Amino acid sequence: MSASVQSQPAFPRSRYDGVVITAPVTIPYVRYSEKDAHWFLARALAALLKTSGLRKDEIDGLGVSSFTLFPDTAVGLTQHLGFSPRWLDHLPFGGASGIIALRRAARAVQNGDANVIACVAGDTNHVDSFRQNLANFSRFARDAVYPFGSGGPNANFAFLTAHYMRRFGATAEDFGKLCVAQRDNALRNPLALFKKKLTLEEYLNARPIADPLKLFDCVMPCAGSEGFLVMREEHARRLGLPYARILGTIERHNAFPDDPIQDRGGWMLDRDDLYAQAALGPEDMQFFEAYDDYPVINALQMEGLALCGYGEAPNFIRNNSFSLGGSLPFNTSGGQLSAGQAGAAGGFLGLVQALRQVTDQAGAMQIPQANHGLVSGFGMINYDRGLCTGAAILGRA
Amino acid sequence: MIEPLKRPQKRNPILPLRQPTLPPGTRSRASKQMAAAVAEGRFELQHCHDCGQIQYPPRDACTRCLSVRLEWKEVDGRGELISETLLHHSNELYFRHLVPLRLGLVRLPQDITLLAYIHGDCPPAPTPVRLQAHLDKSGQAVLVALPPVDTPQMADDRILREMTSDPKFRKVLVTDAKSATGQALCKTLLDAGADMVWAGVAEPWKQPPGFDMLVKHPNITVVPLDLSDARSVQDLSSSIGAKVDILINNAEFHRNTGIADRPGTETARAEMEINYFGLMRLAQYFGPALRARSGEGIAATAWVNVLSVYALSSLPNQGTFSASKAAALSLSQTLRAEMHHAGIRVVNVFPGPIDDEWTQLVPPPKLAPAALAKSIVKALQDGVEDIYPGDVAQDLFQKWRLNAKALERDLWEQ
Repeated sequence: MSASVQSQPAFPRSRYDGVVITAPVTIPYVRYSEKDAHWFLARALAALLKTSGLRKDEIDGLGVSSFTLFPDTAVGLTQHLGFSPRWLDHLPFGGASGIIALRRAARAVQNGDANVIACVAGDTNHVDSFRQNLANFSRFARDAVYPFGSGGPNANFAFLTAHYMRRFGATAEDFGKLCVAQRDNALRNPLALFKKKLTLEEYLNARPIADPLKLFDCVMPCAGSEGFLVMREEHARRLGLPYARILGTIERHNAFPDDPIQDRGGWMLDRDDLYAQAALGPEDMQFFEAYDDYPVINALQMEGLALCGYGEAPNFIRNNSFSLGGSLPFNTSGGQLSAGQAGAAGGFLGLVQALRQVTDQAGAMQIPQANHGLVSGFGMINYDRGLCTGAAILGRA
Repeated sequence: MIEPLKRPQKRNPILPLRQPTLPPGTRSRASKQMAAAVAEGRFELQHCHDCGQIQYPPRDACTRCLSVRLEWKEVDGRGELISETLLHHSNELYFRHLVPLRLGLVRLPQDITLLAYIHGDCPPAPTPVRLQAHLDKSGQAVLVALPPVDTPQMADDRILREMTSDPKFRKVLVTDAKSATGQALCKTLLDAGADMVWAGVAEPWKQPPGFDMLVKHPNITVVPLDLSDARSVQDLSSSIGAKVDILINNAEFHRNTGIADRPGTETARAEMEINYFGLMRLAQYFGPALRARSGEGIAATAWVNVLSVYALSSLPNQGTFSASKAAALSLSQTLRAEMHHAGIRVVNVFPGPIDDEWTQLVPPPKLAPAALAKSIVKALQDGVEDIYPGDVAQDLFQKWRLNAKALERDLWEQ
C-alpha cells in the first residue's frame, strides 16, 4: 500500500541541548462543564504565568491542542486571549499532541524562533458534545464507522482488544492489573476524578460496554486542561523554575498501513532513534507514563518502546507491579482511566506528570529516584486504528 | 443460529408510538457514490483507474499512486472476519433499541479492512464471511457480513430486517390488485410470508379472470380504491392507513399513442390522472400514516411504485404513457426525499413491456406479470431502491447508463 519506511534517519539528529521543559500545570477536571474550551485553555495559560512569574507578553510562542475549540483554532485563540505570538502551532494529534507540541517547541526555542513557548491542551465536555465530536471526528469515521452502531472509540478498541487477546494470549486479568494499579496511584492524586479504590473483581464484573471491553476499560470523557512551558535552560534557571531535560523525542503517523488490524504502532519504527538520541536504553527508564484511553494500548506501547518484545506484554504485565513503590511505576497520576480524559488534554497528561516526577513536584505520587522517565502518546482513531504515535524521554536536570 | 422471527404481538394501543429515529446519515460525496450502487443492488468499491489499487473507505485519490481517476467497480465480498465485538452501548438514539449489536472488521483478499455489521449466523471471529452492502434506514450504504453459505432463517436477522423490507409478517396494500400484475403481487406477497394483503380495486363490478381468488382468499381483503378520486383514497386511508406496512402502487393507465396519432389531450390526461396524480393522491393520504409508524419494530417500512423503463427515455409510439411515467418518476423522487426522514424505503420499479392487454402488438421478450411480482418482492427482501426487471428493461437501463442520448435515438426505431 505505501512505500516502506526507514527506521533510522539518514542524518543523525541533534539533541535538544540548552532547551528545557518546565512549569507543569493542570486545571482540575470536571465531568461536565457549561464553559467552552477557550475557558479551560485560558485557565491553563494563566496558571503558566502564575507558576513562572512571566508577563503575558513574554510568552512569544503558543502551541494549542483542543477538539472542542471549533470553529476556532490556535489562530482565533490569540485574539480571543490577547496574545501576539511570533510562533504558533495548532496540534490536531489527540493523544500524541503533548509530545509533538514539545518536540516542535523545543526546536523553535533552540533555534531562536521563540523565547518562551506555552503549550496548552484542553477541552470542555458539554452534556451532548461528546456524541457530536464522535459523529464528526473524521471523514472516515463519519463515512465508515459512526453509522455502524455509533459506539465511538469503544467499538474500535474492542476490535483491537479482542484481536490482541486472541493473538498474544492476553487475559482480562492482565488488563485489569494495569487498571487496578493505576487506580491505586489515582487515590494519591487529589485531581483525579475517580476517588474510589478499584478491585480486580470489580473490574472483571463490571457491566459490558463492547465485548471484551467492560466499564473500567473505557476512559471517562470530562473537561479540563493541562500545560507546560518550553524555554532556554538559562532562562528557566534565572526564573528559579524547576525544569527537566528533553533527552529524546519521536513521532510517526499512519505506520504499518498494511497490517490487517492494529497490533503494533509507529513506536516500533522509531524507538531506536529515540533511545539513541537520549543515549539511554529502555532498562534506564524509572517510570512510564503511557497513553491509556483503553488498556490494550498500554500493551502496544510497552512493546513498541521495547520494554518487552512484540506480543510479550501479557508476560511483562504479569512480571511487574506497576505501583508507585514497585517495579516500573506506571501512569503515576492514575492515567486517563482514573483521572479522566479531558479531550486533547489526555495527550498532555502523561507528559505533565513525567515533568512533575523528574522535578520532584509529584507530591504524594512522587517516586524515588525519578531520573529518567518515558512518556508515550497515541492518537486519532481516524478509521480502524490510531494514526499518531509519539514518545519522549525526560531527564532530571 | 439466530432465532426465527416470531409473529409480532398485537400492538398495545395505550402504549405510546415509538417515534422514528434514523442512523447517522451524513456522508462524504465519495461515499454517496457507494450508496448509488447499493441502491441498485451492487456492492462496489473504489478502483484506481491508473494503478488498479482497490480501497476503502472511499477517498478522493488513490492511496498508492495519488491518481484522482477513481472508478466504482463491483467486488465479490468474500473475506475473513478478523475481529469482532458485541456493542452494548451507543451514543445515538436510533441504536438504543437495537443494542446489543454485533460488529466486526472484515479483511478482503484485496488487502482492505472494512467495518461491518455481523450477521447473527456467522461463527465467532476469525471466520470466513461474505460481505454485502445494504442501504440503512438513512438510505446510506453500510456493510453486513453474512455467513459464507445461506442459513435457513437468514433474512430474520435483526440488523437485516432493519435494512430490508421483507414482507414476512407485514401487512401490504396493493393498488389495482385485480390487474394481472396486481393478482400476481397478492399471491407472491402471501407466499413470502406477508401477514395479509389489502387488494385495492376500482370499479369492482368489472371482474376480470382471477378476481374470485382475491375475494375468496382468507388473507386477502378486497377494498375499494380509485386513484382518480381523492375521496376514495382518503376513505381507504382513514380505515386502513394506520395499519399498512408496505404500499405497492401498481395502478397504471396505459395507451399506445404518440403526439401526432390523435388530436386532443384526453388520453394523455387519463394517463396522468392515474399514473401521476393518482400517485400524488396516494402519497398525500397514505404517506403521513406510514411515516408516523416507521419507528415501531415490525411496522411501516416501504413504498413501491411500478413505473416503466420508458420513464428514463421516451418510447415515442407510447409517448404520452412514457411522459406520465417520467412525471411519476420525478414525483417519486420527491416522495423518497420526504419518506427518508422516517426511514421508509421508496422502491422504484422500471419494467420493460409487461405481457398484458396493452402490449399485444409489442414483440417479445415481454415480462410475465408473475415474474414482475417476483422481482418486486425480491427487491423488498434485498432492500434495494431501484430495479429494472426483465431483459428489455435491463438492456435499456444499461444503454441509458452508458449514453442516454444514444438510447434516445435507438428508441426512434422501435
